[in-house]
Amino acid sequence: MRFLDFLRRPRTAPVARERLQILLAHERAVSGKSDLIAILQGEIMAVIAKHFPVGEEGIKVKMERGEVVSTLEVEVEIPTPLWQSLPLPPKPVREEPLIGAVSEDACPAEAAETAPTA
Amino acid sequence: MAKVMVVTSGKGGVGKTTSTAALGAALANSGKNVVLVDFDVGLRNLDLVMGAERRVVYDLINVVQGDAKLAQALIRDKRVPTLSLLPASQTRDKDALTDEGVERVIGELREKFDWVICDSPAGIERGATLAMRHADIAIVVTNPEVSSVRDSDRIIGLLDSKTEKAEKGERVQKHLLLTRFDAARAGRGEMLNVDDVLEILSIPLLGIIPESTEVLRASNLGSPVTLNNPASAPARAYFDAAKRLNGEVLEVTIPSDRKSLFGKLFGRRAA
Repeated sequence: MRFLDFLRRPRTAPVARERLQILLAHERAVSGKSDLIAILQGEIMAVIAKHFPVGEEGIKVKMERGEVVSTLEVEVEIPTPLWQSLPLPPKPVREEPLIGAVSEDACPAEAAETAPTA
Repeated sequence: MAKVMVVTSGKGGVGKTTSTAALGAALANSGKNVVLVDFDVGLRNLDLVMGAERRVVYDLINVVQGDAKLAQALIRDKRVPTLSLLPASQTRDKDALTDEGVERVIGELREKFDWVICDSPAGIERGATLAMRHADIAIVVTNPEVSSVRDSDRIIGLLDSKTEKAEKGERVQKHLLLTRFDAARAGRGEMLNVDDVLEILSIPLLGIIPESTEVLRASNLGSPVTLNNPASAPARAYFDAAKRLNGEVLEVTIPSDRKSLFGKLFGRRAA
């Protein structure tokens, strides 16, 4: 009966193929995501650190992948006393026409408010 | 324009060094000036596979650190005059390879040769990323086997992120070289077939090298399989792959060693 056993030997390659497809779909998502998140976190931090002394743990970047829409969530924690102690940017900035980028020492929250009204 | 090509895989033992030697010899045979650079510092073997192990005086690290001139370290092949080898160091550590030093050496090699072929160490550590760093083209050597395919996928990810080209927003040209392929076993469903691997890795196919006793026989003698037995099935597959690298458009076939009835009956010679 050995001969017949040989004929009946199951095809193992399709199993290998399926296992690989499932595993790699997972691994690609994980590694692709973590790399992008790490890059984004670094770049966002560099911009914010220009204006506030925030640490690495103060910035959280999360990405949710949905079927139709994916969302990127950025959470920046700034200690309140620090925020209050910061001098407000001089008011005249608003009256001057805004051409190009906001000056470097402007507060980013303020800049975000003034930009759409300009 | 010189081309820098890395032969890489992630997993060890899939045929990087064999393929580097065989493709290098095939390209050199077609009249191109070729240099093979062994990046496997501490575990060099390209010199042995090329039969040049007793001719190594200076190595890649000596050149990178400025202790030897490039011309002093290059070993000219005795069979094909347009083929050279830059061996790795056997005694030093891979940390002796500096980024700037490697960049300078690769730049010098680009001026002297048509093809600079870098034999990568296994793994995804510094040695492997340095070997792929300056590549224009990458050959991903893969066996039709789950662990090799998985590691190749990882290496493809690195080629798209850790290379000089990737950092400039360009792309390294990637090619799959499927080695140790057994068409009969794939046909019986015992081995991943070519389409399975291509679909999973989704990079273009450069060639299929059939499993063959000729590969071991050639390395025993210190000769690339393309020089040792050019008519053998793996050698023909490597020659075709080399032609594709030179821009020829050829249909990918799986060469086989034809055996006579006598050979089949008494053919189990030791390699």
